[in-house]
Amino acid sequence: MTAQKAIMAGLSAVGLFLAVGLAVAAEHNGPGVSDTEIKIGNTLPYSGPASGYSAIGKAQAAYFAMINDQGGIHGRKITYLSRDDGYSPPKTVEQVRKLVEEDQVLAMFQTLGTATSLAVRGYLNDNKVPQLFVATGADQFNDPKHFPWTMGWQPSYRTEARIYGRYILDKLPAAKVAVLYQNDDFGKDYLIGLRAELGDKADKMIVAMQSYETTDPTIDSQIVALHASGADVLLIAAIPKYTTLAIRKVYDIDWHPTRFLNSVSTSVATVMKPAGVEKADGVISAAYLKDPTDPQWQGTPGYKAWLDWMKKYYPSGNLADIFTVYGYSTAQTLVAVLEASGDDLTRDNVMKNAASLHELKLPMLLPGITISTGPDDHAPIKQMQLQKFEGNGWKLFGNVIPGSGGQRDATASEGQGK
Amino acid sequence: MSKNALARAADDVRAGHYAGLSIGAWRWLAAGVAIALAAALPFAASKYQVFELTMVMIYAIAVLGLNILTGYNGQISLGHGGFFAAGAYTTAILMNRYGVPYWATLPPAALVSFVLGVLFGLPALRFEGPYLALVTLAMAVAVPQFLKYFDTWTGGVQGINLIKVTPPAGLGLDHDRWLYFVVLVILVLAMRVAANLLHGRTGRALIAIRDHPIAAAAMGIPTARYKTLAFGTSTMFTGVAGALAAIVIGYVSPEGYSVFLSLSFLVGSAIGGIATIGGAIVGGLFIQFVPNLANDISDAAPWAVYGLAMLLFMYAMPRGVVGSPGPWFRRLSRRMRPHDAALRQ
Amino acid sequence: MHEFLQQVFSGLASGAVYASLALALVMIYRSTELVNFAQGEMAMFSTYIAWSLVNAGLPFWGAFVITLAVSFLGGMAIERIIVRPVENAPVFAAVVVCIGLLLIFNSLAGFLFTYTVQDFPSPFPDRPVLGALMTTRDLGVIAVTLIMLALLFAFFRFTTTGLAMRAAAQNPESARLCGIRVGRMLAMGWGLAALIGATAGIMVAPVLFLDPNMMSGVLLYAFAGALLGGITSPVGAVVGGLIVGVTENLVGTYLIATQLKLTVALALIIIVLVLRPNGLFGTAVVRRV
Repeated sequence: MTAQKAIMAGLSAVGLFLAVGLAVAAEHNGPGVSDTEIKIGNTLPYSGPASGYSAIGKAQAAYFAMINDQGGIHGRKITYLSRDDGYSPPKTVEQVRKLVEEDQVLAMFQTLGTATSLAVRGYLNDNKVPQLFVATGADQFNDPKHFPWTMGWQPSYRTEARIYGRYILDKLPAAKVAVLYQNDDFGKDYLIGLRAELGDKADKMIVAMQSYETTDPTIDSQIVALHASGADVLLIAAIPKYTTLAIRKVYDIDWHPTRFLNSVSTSVATVMKPAGVEKADGVISAAYLKDPTDPQWQGTPGYKAWLDWMKKYYPSGNLADIFTVYGYSTAQTLVAVLEASGDDLTRDNVMKNAASLHELKLPMLLPGITISTGPDDHAPIKQMQLQKFEGNGWKLFGNVIPGSGGQRDATASEGQGK
Repeated sequence: MSKNALARAADDVRAGHYAGLSIGAWRWLAAGVAIALAAALPFAASKYQVFELTMVMIYAIAVLGLNILTGYNGQISLGHGGFFAAGAYTTAILMNRYGVPYWATLPPAALVSFVLGVLFGLPALRFEGPYLALVTLAMAVAVPQFLKYFDTWTGGVQGINLIKVTPPAGLGLDHDRWLYFVVLVILVLAMRVAANLLHGRTGRALIAIRDHPIAAAAMGIPTARYKTLAFGTSTMFTGVAGALAAIVIGYVSPEGYSVFLSLSFLVGSAIGGIATIGGAIVGGLFIQFVPNLANDISDAAPWAVYGLAMLLFMYAMPRGVVGSPGPWFRRLSRRMRPHDAALRQ
Repeated sequence: MHEFLQQVFSGLASGAVYASLALALVMIYRSTELVNFAQGEMAMFSTYIAWSLVNAGLPFWGAFVITLAVSFLGGMAIERIIVRPVENAPVFAAVVVCIGLLLIFNSLAGFLFTYTVQDFPSPFPDRPVLGALMTTRDLGVIAVTLIMLALLFAFFRFTTTGLAMRAAAQNPESARLCGIRVGRMLAMGWGLAALIGATAGIMVAPVLFLDPNMMSGVLLYAFAGALLGGITSPVGAVVGGLIVGVTENLVGTYLIATQLKLTVALALIIIVLVLRPNGLFGTAVVRRV
């Protein structure tokens, strides 16, 4: 016991030295900013089951590298501190506190995940640190009245589900709808949005709901159960891997409902081709980003700029991965905000500029879709466009749909039953 | 020190004294120094470092619970993350829904985890080895599923934001430092309770059940009762740790209690020394700091470095950092006096 | 009724996936009395090796054979270099080493091959069979699993090496006295397990799609299946895996919401184990006091 107590004391001291050693010296020109540098913080899962999202962080780092090579933001280079949180909220809290208190970053950018971002939202708002462009489609991050320092980026999942709901009400009013959803905030948000749009018809029209976990190896059982309900419309609110499995299984059991896919899982190369393009024919989705594997964008200037950037700055990235486009576009949004802040790079001014974007165009957003924010509107992208998968690629149809930003869905429910 | 002097010192220690003081007195001295150091640390460290050290202590309490069950009683558990979550959610629900002050949620959290542990310990009596591992793993898998399912109580996938703790006025301590001391007090208490338990009759019974279950039963030790109580006590410690973690982090959600958390506790326990008390602190340090260090060394494959660290620790110290010096020390004594019959074992 | 049959057959298909990995777990346990938590990740890594070979232009069967050989040697090397140092240490040291291996393989795969989900070619065509209850691919997985089971069974029962391996696992001291090279048997055990794992991975990747986390979910089911069948019995592993697959589907459809089906399925397995603590086909260990 003697040895143990002594070792305990010694190791506490060692632990302290380790912690000190990891701390970075604070800048002298306001939080995270000097004449030559701007420090930006980020957390996302580089390890664990959600590590598929790590391509986003790598793409962002690569974009900032290109900006730095071109002279930086008014002469200041962006130092992008992206840390692993393993998609675990306690770890996110730890990493964000370290970034804010030890590394003294100017702002947090694109904290990835709903639970993880919720875990640090209170802390960041209490400490008046901008939580910019949270990487999730959950509606909670568009709440400037209670959390003025927090802002989302992509169209909310509920808004998107409402778009599908509207299509069903307009074109398939007698439909019987089945829903496959991931058992977390992402999947459930689609369910809530769909129910909200179908309104009092929801209970009658939605005949089956099945969920899955990201640890489930297959979802065959869920698809079979959904088929048995007799539904003729299927909404798949799943991440790419499970979307591929779903498309394939639905076809294999000889079921041909009208299928809606969520916008996260529409990549031609990583979802549609593995499922089998003939099996995916006819699925409907909504989009706001250009799919890099879609032939209709090859040769356009926006795509060419993206391709050149990928080849020079992110050569290890997968040219078929839409996450690289997402990372590219989010990074461009941040650069726009920083440039608009000029030499007044305080947290206040950065937040003010983030909430004053007016129809910002980005090269990899679909034509007609722009970014706008305001003091009461913390939802930068609200528009989407419907598209149908035909042959080898997606065909956009209809007009760009405005979307609502999702605030009114904050109190909706997900209904009873399975 | 010369070889002879070293051998004489070893003899002294084995006889129960050194440099005039009894080993017991040395223990108190060392404990006092350690606690004084720990109490002084938060004033030398930044808020973030205090927060990190608080997490180290919380993980140490959790690992201590696992040590009681797996180290001293030989029942493997891959499910302690689930009990950690049980304590955390008890606290979160009581604080958020019923407005219970944070310190008053600790006894209910302890009770809930104890009862759950006993309920689990009963069927666990039937199993050992990999079968017991599966049964406990089922707990680790079941808890996040239950948390998501009963979402009116648990907030489901959105989780629960806990009210921030305000330190008592007049002490001059901020939020982080106050919580550090709260956790420190509970850690010292936990270690004391564990020491009393494990170094007395109960401890000997547990060890006997671990090493020679049939002989222990033959001697009249009620194995079933001890094993079940060991389970409950162990989960109680880990549940309290979970409650403290919820208070310190300020947020609970099912994502934070994955199977990986249970595996981390087991790894921390083994690295510190599975049948030790002080090893729990080493385990806490490992769980908290090594993944971050791994991230700094390689941000392309951080887990690979973390895994490699585990391997290296196990090669160098298979009985754990605190568990290994003992046998090494004994071997050293033997080598010093090869002809001494009294040293042969 | 039709839905019931579909659920059962889907369960058999996914059960075969679990069974194939369960066989590898049983192999390791029989030869070294360890549960190797890294088995799934090793299988996944082997599959990536095969994928790289196929991408480099090799025909499928060529890549398959080379991957098996590499996995066999790799498994032996891991046993010799990584597991051997903790073989005589307390069992938890070996458990930690296996967990460490799990992390290393998972992270290395992500680093070397990225996390994007990949397509994997299958030797079996993808045609529906039995009136859309299954596809030929699912049948292929079941067939390969049964073949592996038969080979494994024959190996342990009818060959001298198999006998030597069983002896080395049960009683290393006596085995040495009989002239058996225990160290070599242990290494071979890991090598064979890695080989089985590689086969499982390659068969399964076309069904589950290849990414570094492909086997993480499967490991738990394989573990449950192996234990349900009896951790020392290859036949038990396959039967157990199939039962787990079917039970999970039926529980999720008829008994409880899908959100809780894994918990309930595990609870049922535990109830079975309470009645038969060594699994359905396992043998009880008799210990002398």
